[in-house]
Amino acid sequence: MGNKLSRIALNDEGFIFDPETGNSYTVNRTGLFILRLLKEGKSEKEIVKSLTETFNVDEREAERDLIDFVEQLRLYGLLEGKNV
Amino acid sequence: MKEAYEKPVILKLKTGMMNKFGSSPAYIRKVRKEIDGIPVEKLVEKFGSPLFVFSEKKLRQKFREVKNAFTLRYPNVEFSWSYKTNYLDAICAVLHQEGETAEVVSEFEYEKARRLGVPGNQIIYNGPYKPYDSLVTAVKEGARINIDHFEEIADLEKVADELGVKPRVGIRLNMDTGIHPQWSRFGFNLESGQALDAVKRIASGGKLELVGLHCHIGTFILDPHAYEVEVKKMVDFAYTVEDQFGFKIEYLDIGGGFPSKNRLKGIYLPPEVAVPSVDEFAERVCSALLSSLRPGDYPKLILESGRAIVDEAGYLITTVHAAKRLPSGLKAYVLDAGVNILFTAFWYKFNIEIDREVYGTSEPCVLYGPLCMNIDVVDDLTYLPPLPRGTRLILSPVGAYNVTQWMQFIRYRPAVVLIGENGEVDLIREAEDLTDIVRREKLPERLKLEW
Ligand SMILES: Cc1ncc(COP(=O)(O)O)c(C=O)c1O
Repeated sequence: MGNKLSRIALNDEGFIFDPETGNSYTVNRTGLFILRLLKEGKSEKEIVKSLTETFNVDEREAERDLIDFVEQLRLYGLLEGKNV
Repeated sequence: MKEAYEKPVILKLKTGMMNKFGSSPAYIRKVRKEIDGIPVEKLVEKFGSPLFVFSEKKLRQKFREVKNAFTLRYPNVEFSWSYKTNYLDAICAVLHQEGETAEVVSEFEYEKARRLGVPGNQIIYNGPYKPYDSLVTAVKEGARINIDHFEEIADLEKVADELGVKPRVGIRLNMDTGIHPQWSRFGFNLESGQALDAVKRIASGGKLELVGLHCHIGTFILDPHAYEVEVKKMVDFAYTVEDQFGFKIEYLDIGGGFPSKNRLKGIYLPPEVAVPSVDEFAERVCSALLSSLRPGDYPKLILESGRAIVDEAGYLITTVHAAKRLPSGLKAYVLDAGVNILFTAFWYKFNIEIDREVYGTSEPCVLYGPLCMNIDVVDDLTYLPPLPRGTRLILSPVGAYNVTQWMQFIRYRPAVVLIGENGEVDLIREAEDLTDIVRREKLPERLKLEW
């Protein structure tokens, strides 16, 4: 997992701060859940599995949403290259 | 037990936004599960998506509101339904039941009104192109014809000779009322003296009886003052005509143009604030009339209001077919309805409601239609929570001009239903299929394929 993510500050309320750019963000509960797993270096497969185990969501939707979320992170410069 | 799921969302915070976050667009959404008590899902199950839904209750209510605003202020008022705004039989029938006559602008609309049972003398025939045969029919059937140009005067004189009658006609005027752009292409210009020339021409021909004046200053007019100017100029001109030529002007038809509670693009105030009430328009029109008419003279005031009456009675149910992320970072949805059936999306920003509770913060997004065309954009920027595939959106108001200007392009046109005042749901136009489109086509024998 890229070291970019490891530098990012993240609190329980879903507030994110990127010390490199000074930008702040907010994520919802699911977003926070995914970010934590990404920070731990979990793979896409593992994250989808955790999502379906924790939340009331099927694998296809979770997979789809994860791709979309990761794309957003990348657009905000919070992920670099091909982390996932 | 598993926790409720919410699609993951990340939003960039702007400086200063955090404190106000509770009231940011991120948490605003509107949910509508039914239309006039009928569940959205039930409607779609039975009639498919997309689906136009009209509320008879709202239509009648709105008409009565507009009508009362005028009849309470002036003793001689006629409402004439502008067919081009919505000429579905069922919609016209409701308004004719309410007492509206028919205002048509082509032989097609004329025929449609006649077929529905409207007598010729209850039809007002406007428009810049009235084919000769249609003028013959209209004169025979006693329709009120408002003349658009000098050629039409000549055409009508010919009809008069042919039928051996003296048709009673009106002329259409255009004028400066302070509204831009000025609609100067229809009728005769007042300020330049062209309108007076038209009257002279009619008088010298001696074959037509001038009995009315017509004008339509534009559409979605937000300034009630413009109507005051229009009415005063029409009354002045009417008396000039009466005094100089001996005609009696029996009606002043001031056209349509009152706005609906819709949001014109580029106007950021909500329609509740930006759009004046119909009472304000009525007050301007009627007090201008009463203050400029001669004592005891009450010519008929005709209104051809279209969108103000029907727009808010119409909804479109559409379904989210796909979601994608654009390279700009913007979220995009592909809907099953686009500009093919929502012509007014080019000018108006619709009210968007969601058919269910959707959790998660809203994010900026764009709504695309189903056409493989770059122009097919239903809304270029709105805020919606993450919508799962299959979510229905209810767009409104869409009752004016969409079900007439829609086109059969790329996709079939969908069904239209009317919800009655007692909750009846009637199909008033079936969804199209291939037979509707190929019915008029002919394939030359030599091109028949043998595959
Ligand atoms: C002659 C005439 N009358 C009435 C109307 C109805 O206008 P609105 O829907 O703005 O009330 C129109 C619309 O273009 C029109 O051209």
